[in-house]
Amino acid sequence: MTATTSEVLPYEDVVAAYDPVIGLEVHVELSTVTKMFCGCSTVFGAEPNTQVCPVCLGLPGALPVVNAVAVESAVRIGLALDCSIAPWGRFARKNYFYPDMPKNFQTSQYDEPIAVDGHLDVELDDGTVFRVQIERAHMEEDTGKSLHVGGSTGRIHGAEHSLVDYNRAGIPLIEIVTRPVTGAGQRAPEVARAYVGAVRDLLRALGVSDVRMEQGSLRCDANVSLRARTPDGQSAVPLGTRTETKNVNSLRSVERAVRYEMTRQGARLASGATILQETRHWHEDSGTTTSGREKSDADDYRYFPEPDLVPIAPDPAWVATLAQTLPEAPPARRRRLQAAWGLADLQMRDLVYAGATELVEATVAVGASPAAAAKWWSGELARTANAAGVELSSLAITPAQVAQLAGLVESGRVNDTMARQVLKGVLAGEGDPEQVVGARGLELVSDDGALGAAVDRAIAGAPDVAAKIRDGKVSAGGALIGAVMKEMKGQADAARVRELVLARLTSP
Amino acid sequence: MAALTRDDVAHLCGLARIAATDTELDRLSGQLGVILDAVAGAGEVAPADVPPMSHPLPLTNVTRPDVLRPGLTPEQALAGAPASEQQRFRVPRILEQD
Repeated sequence: MTATTSEVLPYEDVVAAYDPVIGLEVHVELSTVTKMFCGCSTVFGAEPNTQVCPVCLGLPGALPVVNAVAVESAVRIGLALDCSIAPWGRFARKNYFYPDMPKNFQTSQYDEPIAVDGHLDVELDDGTVFRVQIERAHMEEDTGKSLHVGGSTGRIHGAEHSLVDYNRAGIPLIEIVTRPVTGAGQRAPEVARAYVGAVRDLLRALGVSDVRMEQGSLRCDANVSLRARTPDGQSAVPLGTRTETKNVNSLRSVERAVRYEMTRQGARLASGATILQETRHWHEDSGTTTSGREKSDADDYRYFPEPDLVPIAPDPAWVATLAQTLPEAPPARRRRLQAAWGLADLQMRDLVYAGATELVEATVAVGASPAAAAKWWSGELARTANAAGVELSSLAITPAQVAQLAGLVESGRVNDTMARQVLKGVLAGEGDPEQVVGARGLELVSDDGALGAAVDRAIAGAPDVAAKIRDGKVSAGGALIGAVMKEMKGQADAARVRELVLARLTSP
Repeated sequence: MAALTRDDVAHLCGLARIAATDTELDRLSGQLGVILDAVAGAGEVAPADVPPMSHPLPLTNVTRPDVLRPGLTPEQALAGAPASEQQRFRVPRILEQD
C-alpha cells in the first residue's frame, strides 16, 4: 500500500487492509425513585442542586446505604444478558480528582462486578444475527454535571472556571462492557449501532431505565482498533492500539463514530504512523473525533474496597426467582408482534428501527389497526422525531391520539394529507386530533350536495374531458377529480369525487 | 510485599496533588516504608486460610428501600462552598491552559 497523508482512508480500503475490533461500554441510568446510596430524587431536569444531601455531596461523616431496587435491577440486567450473577461482591472506590464527584472518588465495582460472562444476540437490519460477548455489568453511581464558563466554545478547554450541579451525582448507573467484538469486518459500525439498540430495547423491556439517549440516561463509549489482515485474508492475532470515543449519544452516532475512527486509524496506519491510546471526543456536527487526552498517570485510580458499604451477596433463590420473571426477549417479542400484526419484514424493520414497537403496541391496544399505527409511528412521526433529533417517545403525542387520528382517516373524515396537518397540530400542542380538526376546519367535505355542485362546475368547465369520459375513456377522469379537489382545497374524499364524476358521465 | 520505592512515593504524591520536595520524598519514602512494614506484620500472625478482610463486621446486603428522603435545600447545599454561581458550585478551571 502506498503511503498516504490524508486524514481518513476510504472505507473500502480500510476494511480490505484491516480487521476492525470494537468494544462498547454502555452506561445506563436506572429509573429508580432515589439515588444509589441516598434517598435523593433522580428526576431529570430539576433546578440545580435541589436533589442533593450530605451523602451525594460527600460531606464528612455521611454514610451511604445501597438502594435495594438498584441491586435488583442490576441482577435482572445481568440475567437478561445471560451473565452469571456473582454470589458475593464489594463496591470499590475509584479515586480521582475531578469536581464532578465531590467525594474525590466514584463508588463503583472493580474486580467483583455483580454480573459477568454473558452475551447478547444482536439482529442486523438484514436479519443477520451477531452474538456479542458481554464481559461484565457492574453497579456504580453517576457523576455531577459541569457547566464550563468562559472561553469561546463552552467546552472544558479554554474555560475560565466551571459550575457544578450535583443533582445527577449518585444516580444509580449500570455499566455494561463487551468483550472485544471481532469478526464483524466491514459491518463493525453496523454491529455497534445494532448492539446499542439491542441493549436499549432490552433495558426498556426490563423496565429498569427510561433509556433516553438524548437525556443521557443511556450513554455509549466506543472503543475501536484495527489490526492488519494477513495475506491469506485472516486477521493477525495481536489487537491494535485502541482509542475510546466518549459519549456517543445516539444510535446513528455510534455507527458514524466507529466508522470514522476506522477510516482515521486506517489512514494513520497506512501512512506508517502509530495509533495513540487515548480518549477521543465525538463531534456530532462534523461527524469526526478529536483527541481528548492520552491515557496517563491520571488513570491510576487506586481502587480499593469501599469501607462504608458491606458486600452484596444476592441470595441464589432470589436470583432464580428473578430469572423466571424476566420479560420476553425483545427479538422474540418482535417476531410474535410481527405475526400478530400481519406486518411485512420491511414494515416491521422500519418500525423497530424507529424505536416504535412499544408505541405501536400501545396504539393498537387503544383501538387502532396495526397497519395504521405502524404507518404513523414509523412514517411521519419518526421523520418528525429524526428532524428534531429526539426519541420517538418524547414527541408530544400519545398512542391514544395516534389511534384517534387513525380512526379519523379510517372513517373518511380526513384524508392522508389532512391527517398530516392534524398531526402537526397535535404536536404543536393544539389538543387531541378531534380538537385540531375542529379548530383548523380540516374535515373532509363529504356532503354530496356540495361535492356534486363542484363536480358539475368541473364538468361544465372542461367539456372536452367530459366528452372523452362519455366515450368510455374513464382514465381521463383524473383531470376532473383534480379540479374538484382544487376547488375543495384538498378537503374532499377523492374516491367519493370519482364516484360522483363517473355517475354523471357514464351510463349505469 | 515489595518495598515502597522513592518513585512510588513521587507517583502517589502526583496522584494526590501533593507537591513534595526532593528532601520530603527521601524522608517520606523511608517513613512510609516503616509504616507499611508494621502493617505487613499482621500477615505473619494470620494463617494462609484466613481471607483478607475489608470490613470489620460479617454483614452483607445492607440496603434501604427505594423511598425518597428529604435532602438539603440549595442554600444549605451551597453554604459550605468556597464560591457559587447560578445555584451551582463554582470550581477553578479544570484543565491547565495549553
